[in-house]
Amino acid sequence: MEPGLRTYVVKRLGFAVLMLLGVSIILFTIMRLAPGGPEAVLIGGEFSQEAAAQIRQRLGLDRPLALQYLGWAGAALRGDLGRSFKTGDPVAALILDRLGPTVQLTAGALVLALVVAVPLGVLAAVRRGTIWDTLGSAVSLFGVSFPSFWLGIMLILLFSEVFHVLPPSGLSEYGRESDLPARVRHAILPTLTLGLIQMASFMRFTRSSLLEALRQDYVRTARAKGLGGGRVVWRHALRNALIPVVTVVGLSLPTLVGGAVLTETVFAWPGIGRLAVGAVFERDYPVIMGVNLMVAAIVITANLLTDLAYCVIDPRISYR
Amino acid sequence: MTAPARPERPSALGRLTRNRRSLIGGVAVVIMIAAGGLAPALAPQGYSAQSLLHRLQPPSAAHWLGTDGFGRDVLSRVIWGSRVSLEIGLVATTLALVVGTAVGSVAGYFGGATDTAIMRAADVFLSVPALFLILIVVALFGASLANTALVIALVTWAPVGRIVRSECLSLRNRDFVHAAAALGAGHARILGRHLLVNALPIVIVQASLLLGQTILIESGLSYLGLGAQPPLPSWGNMVVEGRQFLASAWWIATFPGLAIFVTVLGFNLFGDGLRDASDPTLRGHSP
Repeated sequence: MEPGLRTYVVKRLGFAVLMLLGVSIILFTIMRLAPGGPEAVLIGGEFSQEAAAQIRQRLGLDRPLALQYLGWAGAALRGDLGRSFKTGDPVAALILDRLGPTVQLTAGALVLALVVAVPLGVLAAVRRGTIWDTLGSAVSLFGVSFPSFWLGIMLILLFSEVFHVLPPSGLSEYGRESDLPARVRHAILPTLTLGLIQMASFMRFTRSSLLEALRQDYVRTARAKGLGGGRVVWRHALRNALIPVVTVVGLSLPTLVGGAVLTETVFAWPGIGRLAVGAVFERDYPVIMGVNLMVAAIVITANLLTDLAYCVIDPRISYR
Repeated sequence: MTAPARPERPSALGRLTRNRRSLIGGVAVVIMIAAGGLAPALAPQGYSAQSLLHRLQPPSAAHWLGTDGFGRDVLSRVIWGSRVSLEIGLVATTLALVVGTAVGSVAGYFGGATDTAIMRAADVFLSVPALFLILIVVALFGASLANTALVIALVTWAPVGRIVRSECLSLRNRDFVHAAAALGAGHARILGRHLLVNALPIVIVQASLLLGQTILIESGLSYLGLGAQPPLPSWGNMVVEGRQFLASAWWIATFPGLAIFVTVLGFNLFGDGLRDASDPTLRGHSP
C-alpha cells in the first residue's frame, strides 16, 4: 500500500469511529429525552408510581444519564449490547438472528436493480431519443414515485390473490425452513418490490454518466481510428461511465436499508427492519440502540469501501 | 422585402407549458391540492360516515371507489386523506428548503473551514438511514404534525444544502458579484440580493421534487401506524386498513395508494419539467 493511500485509510477509519460515536450519543439522547418510558409497555394497563420506579430501578434507568451512556458504551466496546427489556435475550443474538433475511433481501434487490438498470441506462444513452430512452425515463420516474409498501401490496394482490402463483408473506413455509425452492418463491415478491424502487436512480445515473463519457475526446479518438460503435461504447465509454455508478450504489445503501423497513413490514419478512419497528413501539431501548448502531456501522463501512474502490478504479482520484 | 423575423426565444413560462411532462405533472398536482383544499365541498360524504349496511361494496355509481370495512365511502376518504399528506409535505419541504438554502449558500459563499464543517455535517445526515431516525423520533415523541414535519425536514435538508452550495460556489466568482463587492455591498447583501436570487430556479426545482419525497415518507410512516390516527384518514393508514380485505375488496388498498403515486409522480414530473424550462442545458443531465 502506498503511503498516501495508507494515511487516507487511517484518517477515514478515524472519522468513521467518530461518526459512530456521534450517532450513538445522538440516539441515546433522543431516546431518553422522549416522554414516557418502557415501564408503561412492560406492565401494561394501570400501574402505581412505586411499581414504575421499581421497574426503572431494575432496568438501571434511575441512574444519571451520562452514567447510563458510559455503562452502555463500555459494554458495547466489549461486544456486549445488553439484553432486551422485553424478552431478556441478548441484543446481539437477536440482531444476528434477523441479519440473514435482511442481507438476503437487500443484496437480492441490489443485484436485481443493477442487472436491469445498467443495461437499460446504456440503451437509453446510446439510443438517445428513441423508445428505449422513453422507456428508461418512465422506469426511473415511476421508480421514484411508487410508495414501496403499496407497490408490495399491489404485487401481492396480483400474484397471490388473483393468480395464486406466489406466497404473500413470510420467509418460507412452516416446517420447510431449509427448503430452497420454497424460500426462493417467498423471496421473489419482496425482492422485486425493493429492487424496482432502487432501479430508478441507478438507471438515471448510468444514462447521464454514459452520455457524459460519450462526449469525451477519447471516444472521438476511438471512433476516428475506425472502431465500431459497439466496441467504443463497451470498451471505452462504459468503463469510465461506471465509475460514478459505483459511488451511487454505495450511497444508495441507507435508502435500501430504510426501504427494507417497509418492505419487511408488508411481507412479514423476519429481518432487522421489523425488529427495529417492534422495538420502537415497545420502547425496548437496548434493542433500538443495538439495531441502529449496527445499521449505521454497515452504512459507514460501505461508504468507506465505496470511496476506496473509487480510488482503486480511477487512478486520477487523489486521496486527501 | 422585409427582414426575416427574428426567431423568438421562448420565455421560461412558455417552455414550461410547452413541455408536456411538466404540464401533465402540474395538472395532477393542482387537482390533488384542490381536492385537499376543497375537501368539505368536494367529498360526497364525511370521512367517518359509517354505514354498516353498505360494507365492502365494489366501485359503483353510488360509491365511485367503493366502500371500506366500516361502509365508509373510499372516494371521500381519499379526498380527505390528501389533507394530511399535503400538509405535512408542505411544512416539511418548506423547513428543509429554508435550512438547506441558508446553510448551503453560506457554505458555498464563504468556503474554507465553514464550508468543510457544514458539508461534513451534511455527510453525517446523508449516511444515517433516514427512515430509522424518523421512526425513532416519531414513535417516541408522538406523531403530531409538527414532530413529523420537523424530523422529515431534518433528514431531507442535506441534499438541498449540497445543491445550493455548488450553485453559490459557481456564482460567487462571477463578475456581477465582484462588482457588487467593489461597490461596497456587505456579505448579507451579496448573499441575499445576488446569489440567492440567482440560485432561486434551482431551489424551486428542488421544492417540487422534495414535496414528492416528503409525501412518500409521510405515507410510509402512516403505513407503520405513525401518522394520522383513525378515524382521521391518511393515504398510508387507508392502505393498511385495506390490506386485511385484499382478497375480498381490492379497492380499499388500491385507490389511496394510487393517490399517493399520482401526487408524487405529479410533483416529480413538474420538477423535471421545471428544470428543463429554467435551464435547457441541464436537459437529461440530472443523476
